[in-house]
Amino acid sequence: MAEPDAYAREDAGQPPSLHPPYKSTSLRSPSRPLVRIPQTLTETTGPRDAAGLMGPAMADLTAHHAGVPQGQRIIVAGRVLDERGRPAANTLVEIWQANAAGRYIHAKDQWDAPIDPNFTGMGRVITDAEGRYQFVTVRPGAYPWGNHDNAWRPSHIHLSLLGPAFATRLVTQMYFPDDPLIPLDPIACAVPQPFRDRLVARFDLDTTRPSWALGYLFDLVLRGPGATPMEA
Amino acid sequence: MADNQSPERFGQTPWQTVGPFFHYALPWKGGADLVGTSDLGARPDLIPSGHDLLHVAGPRGPVAGDIIEITGRVTDGAGEAVPDALVEIWQADSAGRYPSEADPSLAPAFPGFGRAATDEDGTFRFRTIRPGRVPGPGNSLQASHIAVGVLGRGLIKRLVTRLYFEDGEGLEDDPILGLVPAARRATLVARRAGDALWRFDIRLRGEHETVFFDI
Repeated sequence: MAEPDAYAREDAGQPPSLHPPYKSTSLRSPSRPLVRIPQTLTETTGPRDAAGLMGPAMADLTAHHAGVPQGQRIIVAGRVLDERGRPAANTLVEIWQANAAGRYIHAKDQWDAPIDPNFTGMGRVITDAEGRYQFVTVRPGAYPWGNHDNAWRPSHIHLSLLGPAFATRLVTQMYFPDDPLIPLDPIACAVPQPFRDRLVARFDLDTTRPSWALGYLFDLVLRGPGATPMEA
Repeated sequence: MADNQSPERFGQTPWQTVGPFFHYALPWKGGADLVGTSDLGARPDLIPSGHDLLHVAGPRGPVAGDIIEITGRVTDGAGEAVPDALVEIWQADSAGRYPSEADPSLAPAFPGFGRAATDEDGTFRFRTIRPGRVPGPGNSLQASHIAVGVLGRGLIKRLVTRLYFEDGEGLEDDPILGLVPAARRATLVARRAGDALWRFDIRLRGEHETVFFDI
């Protein structure tokens, strides 16, 4: 008899690999069904010191260069949790984003918006014992892309987490509330409603620092734990 | 309320693609070298001057086991290179132990985790050690293998596969390989391409499509 999974499987809110409105998925998603396997030690273990591997915290994305970057300074805060709401402590979150004009510091980004010499747009945070994280950045701009006619990506921040195991890996994008581009975006819309709303941060006055920066809350929820034997 | 803090919205955060512009943030220098201190894994050629803030892997102690190199290409459904993919690996040490939280007594010199950005030809390369065999479901023993995750532009979520070795002990009885249709198992088996060099191509779609797992 198979042992129960240590980590929950994907829930109904996870997007499919093939989402034809996001055109690059048509040649880059498998055509054959995934083969379901039990979770072995390989899937239920993970690196123990992500910060040692990927680098220490760099929680202020506005502080990498001599000058202050252009744009609206913001604070993003939240918790990393599992599906039962238990905090994921000492968890590394990698962060990257475009600048305030919607331009990435990347040799292949050809969008005709200015590079900001004072903004690279990458950082890392490590959650505390209650799973809390916080970083400072500027609100990224929207930018056009070639997916379809007049296509624009909504403002977003990329977030990457390993979590406790190979099975809990998560890379996602955080969007901003009331952005009219979200329902038009094939990448966000690969996630069906109501689950797409899990990708949208909340403006929060308590996180907002007076005369300094707007605050947003965004919780990250990793897979797990799995079903107990009673539930299996 | 359209946000992720409402109780009725609570649940797994959905995956989103890494997109094409992750190179200045994710693949650190040395991420693909699990046994040495080279810059393998990163793509500093894609980062404008003054903005290379990538972490550099620190020195490690000596690692027991046979050092191997794994190389392969990520290709799409048209057989074209995928130059903006990110390949991640997770593996046991040469004694078949995972360097995990669950067993903190294990030697930290070997991280077990690696990350490599593909180059313009879709090629990735790792330097690591050949892993030992680890337990499987029940009382089984798995054949030596490496867990592989593939991310990239056009991949909304990670694809998960495994690398086995063509001369590995226990391939015939491996409890995971046994779940894969026999005709497709070859896509999971790395071929010897030199003394310590292994070839493992990843075909995202189409002919000889790599087997991907639901874990």
